[in-house]
Amino acid sequence: MSKHDEKKLDAKGSSRRKFLKSSGMAVGGIAVGGALGGLLGMNGKGEQPPTDTATEETQPAQQHDQALEYFTNRADFDLLGQATERIFPEDENGPGAIGLGVPYYIDHQLAGKWGINAKDYRQGPFFDDKTESGGEVRLGGQQEQPYLGYQSQLRYHQVYDLGIEAIEKYSQETFNEGFTALDGEQQDEVLVALENDEVDIPGIKSSFFFNILRQSTLEGAYADPLYGGNKDMQGWKMKEYPGVQLRYKPEQVESKEFIDIKPSSLHTTFNT
Amino acid sequence: MIMVTKLPKTDVVTVGVGWTGGIIAAEASKAGLKVVGLERGGNRGTANFAMKHDELRYAIRGELMQDLSRETLTFRHNRDQRALPMRQYGSFMLGNGVGGAGTHWNGMTDRYNPYDFEIRSKTIERYGEDKIADGLLIQDWGITYDEMEPYYTMFDKMAGISADETPLRGERSEPFPNPALIHGPELGLFKEVTKKMGLDPFTMPAANNSQPYKNPDGQHLATCQMKGFCERFGCEYGAKASPNVTVVPTALKTGNFDLRPHSEVIEVLHKGGRATGVIYVNTRTGERFEQPAEIVAVTSYTFNNNRLLLNSKLGTAYNPETGKGTIGKNYCYQVIVGTDGFFDDRKFNTAIGSGGLGATVDNFNADNFDHTDFDFIHGGSVIINQSGKRPIENNQVPPGTPKWGKEFKNQSIKYYNRSLNVHAYGAVMPHVNNYLDLDPTYKDVHGNPLIRMTFDFSETDRKRGHFLNEKTKTIMQEMGATHVSENTSVEHYDITTYQATHNTGGVIMGADPETSAVNNYLQMWEADNVFVVGGSAYPHQSGYNATHTLAALAYRASEGIINYSKDGGKLA
Repeated sequence: MSKHDEKKLDAKGSSRRKFLKSSGMAVGGIAVGGALGGLLGMNGKGEQPPTDTATEETQPAQQHDQALEYFTNRADFDLLGQATERIFPEDENGPGAIGLGVPYYIDHQLAGKWGINAKDYRQGPFFDDKTESGGEVRLGGQQEQPYLGYQSQLRYHQVYDLGIEAIEKYSQETFNEGFTALDGEQQDEVLVALENDEVDIPGIKSSFFFNILRQSTLEGAYADPLYGGNKDMQGWKMKEYPGVQLRYKPEQVESKEFIDIKPSSLHTTFNT
Repeated sequence: MIMVTKLPKTDVVTVGVGWTGGIIAAEASKAGLKVVGLERGGNRGTANFAMKHDELRYAIRGELMQDLSRETLTFRHNRDQRALPMRQYGSFMLGNGVGGAGTHWNGMTDRYNPYDFEIRSKTIERYGEDKIADGLLIQDWGITYDEMEPYYTMFDKMAGISADETPLRGERSEPFPNPALIHGPELGLFKEVTKKMGLDPFTMPAANNSQPYKNPDGQHLATCQMKGFCERFGCEYGAKASPNVTVVPTALKTGNFDLRPHSEVIEVLHKGGRATGVIYVNTRTGERFEQPAEIVAVTSYTFNNNRLLLNSKLGTAYNPETGKGTIGKNYCYQVIVGTDGFFDDRKFNTAIGSGGLGATVDNFNADNFDHTDFDFIHGGSVIINQSGKRPIENNQVPPGTPKWGKEFKNQSIKYYNRSLNVHAYGAVMPHVNNYLDLDPTYKDVHGNPLIRMTFDFSETDRKRGHFLNEKTKTIMQEMGATHVSENTSVEHYDITTYQATHNTGGVIMGADPETSAVNNYLQMWEADNVFVVGGSAYPHQSGYNATHTLAALAYRASEGIINYSKDGGKLA
């Protein structure tokens, strides 16, 4: 029996997903372990949800504690969150992408000038690697597209829209379930396919979206907390990165032993 | 027809106010010449950098960089290909605003080797003409190291360079103005190991001051606070020498310097082999002005120096088919290779550092080793930096680790303070197929053609890269790394990954008008009153950090401009 079939036979999990879907809160099976699950009471008796799948053990809940500036559909946002969590999961080091606020960081970036590629060169003609003329570029010599960088006419927010849509479609086609209803290993399979150009996204290779998603996730984990991720500097704390320090003393510079330095952020430094 | 307002004539106009424009503005205005500095970006100073400890805004999004939506360049590997625009930053970061790239540089200050200036003669003398591979266009610079030395020293004193000894480099007429920066155990380890290998390590000269310093122009520089955030950032302490805290205020103090930010020069006007001035656009209002001038100093970055001349039809464009013409010829870069080392049993405070802080050996650079048994010439500097690692940009993991997921997270966190990098800036030799010209398709915001880069590593560059990578790997292994990364690919030049902002050539200097665009005062052979100053003047790219030489050439050009303003004529 395949993993997929097992999952289907998991009656409890299945009914929970149905419940959430029918309630209009398309958050998938994952959120039930956290705030939303608790709020809904799941089975109506306020019981703690069971933790009988890997998914429920490893996927933290997405808190709604910052403004959404780009996404309008909560399902898209939750899919994004779970994808970033697989890229940068919660573990013994500390929180993963969701716990760090990475999905909010990405949401805010997509709503801003980065999301519309405001500082990129945007004049055509565009020769991206899926068009016929893109092929011509490659055939002109031994040149591979990667050496030329971003050539798509899609803007980042469009890349994300199409990418999220494609992940969902691929999950449905492969597992008969949406991405957020998959267990962690299945979600990883989808991301591997994305990374290996096996997911169809209009206009771009799927690895192109994967690489942007990975980069955005790392940015959200480690950018100053004022950007919405790196919650409580936990990204920096995991790395033992001291953040915003206005000076290091000569004895710190020259120390033969590693020194623990309490991290500081723009907020803690400038809110005096 | 767009209206152009004609302004009163000035003695000197500079196109751009970075290191080269700033140095010329300071020297010419001190000598009593009236100078107008036209800078396409805004003005800025130390007060603008107080909130700069923000890796995302400055290092990732490139806050201080040229806005590519207005202007970029196009790129291809060879002439058979269609060039496509560089739509986003990758391999290098173009500056913008008063101070130019001199505002956001790291501060590494290397003189080029005496061999560099006479590369062709010295190569033939030692190895014979056959040593120069087919297709290479190496040529002497029309100036020797000894002639360059006073100008290097002028920059050292103006910028307050901090260093002690620099073994295997050219002789110095004066000691460095400040002692070398202190450093951490990682640089100590590099020095210890390389010394044991019979090499000659030293702390790299840095423009990040090791102590308070007052320069000969009376400008004060503060002490570096060692908290990183240098390259891609301005210095909030005024401790890193930049045009903003040195030559620009010096020029302004004379009362002879008129600094005009938001002024983008789009054309050099000329008639009968003589420039009459420039046309510039106010980038905020769109108004156009003609600025007449006795002398035009083209002092922008390599790409714009070339583009402005080509768009102005000033000088003769290089033709790769015939080898005739000079503008755009000998475009070069560097072949940059390195090794990450992962230490299971040691931790370093990698966030601590200063932009220019590093240790290096010159044993594999220039002609400091016998090339008889190698089928390439030149080499590169092997370096370990302590510039302050930042967490978004640094997620190095040992070979074999997945790119994402649980293991990636764990390893990237584990090794953040347990990994070091040793790398090499390898020289690149000019090749007949590597050049700059105007792109036939893509335009800037004003509708003028973009510059087109045709460039790839040639065979000897790859060999030099492999050679240097073996050195960085060996050193890293000797340093005791538990795991080392795989060697860097140098098969093809990759414009998408940051390497260095060390683009050079296209308006090269030399002694012969047939093979060079400017003489050794950076004066154009084809227009006596035009001086083209910058990395654009390098006939090849050496294995060093690139700033010091273009700054020294700016002092040389300043002398030429002052002399020319008195007597006119060809200076060389």
